Amino acid sequence: MTEEVDTGRRHFLTVATVATGAVGAAFVAVPFLASWKPSARAKAMGAPVEVDVSKLEPGAMLKVEWRGKAIFVVNRTPQMLAQLEGVDAQLRDPGSDESEQPEFAKNPARAMKPEYLVLVGVCTHLGCAPLDKFAQGDVTVAADWPGGFFCPCHGSKFDMSGRVFKDVPAPTNLPVPPYRFLSDTRILIGAVAGNA
Amino acid sequence: MSSSQTDKGGGRLAALTQWIDDRFPMTKLWKEQVSEYYAPKNMNFWYFFGSLAMMVLVIQILTGIFLTMSYKPSAAEAFSSVEYIMRDVEWGWLIRYMHSTGASAFFIVVYLHMFRAMLYGSYQKPRELLWIFGMVIYFALMAEAFFGYLLPWGNMSYWGAQVIVSLFGAIPVVGDSLTEWIRGDFFISDVTLNRFFALHVAAIPLVLVFLVIAHLMALHEVGSNNPDGVDIKKVKGPDGIPLDGIAFHPYYTVKDLVGVGVFLIIFCLIIFFAPTMGGYFLEHANFEPANALQTPPHIAPVWYFTPFYAILRSVPNKPMGAALMGVAVLLFVFLPWLDRSKVKSIRYRGPIFKFAITAFAISFLALGYLGLQPATPGYTNAARAFSVVYFAFFLLMPWYSSIDKTKPVPTRVTYHAH
Repeated sequence: MTEEVDTGRRHFLTVATVATGAVGAAFVAVPFLASWKPSARAKAMGAPVEVDVSKLEPGAMLKVEWRGKAIFVVNRTPQMLAQLEGVDAQLRDPGSDESEQPEFAKNPARAMKPEYLVLVGVCTHLGCAPLDKFAQGDVTVAADWPGGFFCPCHGSKFDMSGRVFKDVPAPTNLPVPPYRFLSDTRILIGAVAGNA
Repeated sequence: MSSSQTDKGGGRLAALTQWIDDRFPMTKLWKEQVSEYYAPKNMNFWYFFGSLAMMVLVIQILTGIFLTMSYKPSAAEAFSSVEYIMRDVEWGWLIRYMHSTGASAFFIVVYLHMFRAMLYGSYQKPRELLWIFGMVIYFALMAEAFFGYLLPWGNMSYWGAQVIVSLFGAIPVVGDSLTEWIRGDFFISDVTLNRFFALHVAAIPLVLVFLVIAHLMALHEVGSNNPDGVDIKKVKGPDGIPLDGIAFHPYYTVKDLVGVGVFLIIFCLIIFFAPTMGGYFLEHANFEPANALQTPPHIAPVWYFTPFYAILRSVPNKPMGAALMGVAVLLFVFLPWLDRSKVKSIRYRGPIFKFAITAFAISFLALGYLGLQPATPGYTNAARAFSVVYFAFFLLMPWYSSIDKTKPVPTRVTYHAH
């Protein structure tokens, strides 16, 4: 038996021990990190909600809550729908190519039925709630305001379909949530198929 | 029974000290860190803010512990439990106002402490790591303040958290799942409140205390800088003690007590006469409960975040705005390497640096003001101009600090006996 320390062996054992420990630590970290994800209860509370729009007058908006977010439902008048035309040049994403919406809402009206606009009322900039400024020329926004949504936090502007105007901080149009019509006047928000 | 009473008492105390010192380095630590730590004798009022920051940390921890005894970290009860503390708990209002005023005081003191380091080049070699520990303390403090701000569950708490958490959504690809992971829900909810509470009262304070210890250890290893930026260790007396050094205790403990006195007078005046500071320390919109469907008409973070918030808002592009804001905060870390000057202190620097640091201070204050204002086009353009000045201060520093004319630095500190 020699008195010399086998440094190669010591080095190998040190590296092997550290590596094994690191792998173990990584595995142990998984449950802790995963515990931060939405729990089963939080997911269940995120179930779809039903809205009755039979009493929503033309030009009026109602808000419902889905997953803690305000959902805007607007009964658009023909005038409001007419405002959507001829403004493409002022919009950042007129074709909704970079925005979030179900496939059926990828059109200028951003809706399944043009008269009923359903939007997530959360500004795509930093999550504030945009205000409904539907009146044309509303001076609280701008003298040449065409009507739409205005975010008071950082000044983002959206048209009557929630499409974002150019030169504002919000990057994309207001998202359209998944929804479907259960009947002519009942909308299920949160699912494109199935019942509430 | 042979020795006198006093001898016996002193002997017993000395014996007890010896008994401890044989088992724990009590006297050794006291000497190394306090009674035989030699600090430059020319430190001025700017040097109050380090010890004041420590005192505010103690105030925050003490008042915080007592607040947790009455506060309920749930969406259903949080807001009313804060009202309960304010109205029903004996002296609860005082403890809470000490805590809320302490939060703003912490940032005032820390910003002045950082500015002191910038004036006198305290971040320069060999104090780079000391500076980095300090910056990490500042980041931890920002996290602590952000998590704490959600706890009262007022409407501004709610929407402030919503805005800040959304910033992580600007990160490409993983952004959305990251924000969901931070919130633990599809929106800022009870789950988010509960975890922010855990981070605010346990995780971050532990990190802060550990970092403060590391900051002090690094300071006492390299020694304190001074308003002349002179290395006092270069001129030592025959006893090996720097000729320009004086023992931290009793000289600076006594001096710092004066700073503590002045600070506490102002602190008490705010607590007793202006605890909300006109909406700057406690925002008016936070006196109504969180409402997921109603954004306050004007969202502004608490004043200590507004310089960075103004930078974020001035960029009309979400990922870029968030990235620039992050860079604005991080740039401080690189100061030791951005500064190419041969001298440390502003006293021996040339006119370019004096102009640059003045422009920086003005832009920081202006951005802080603009971050509190609504986002009108005029204010946004002003914020853009000041953001340019802010970034230019850091990014052009390698250039202007190296061409700037400097004055010769003396070998001894300038000091006038009083």
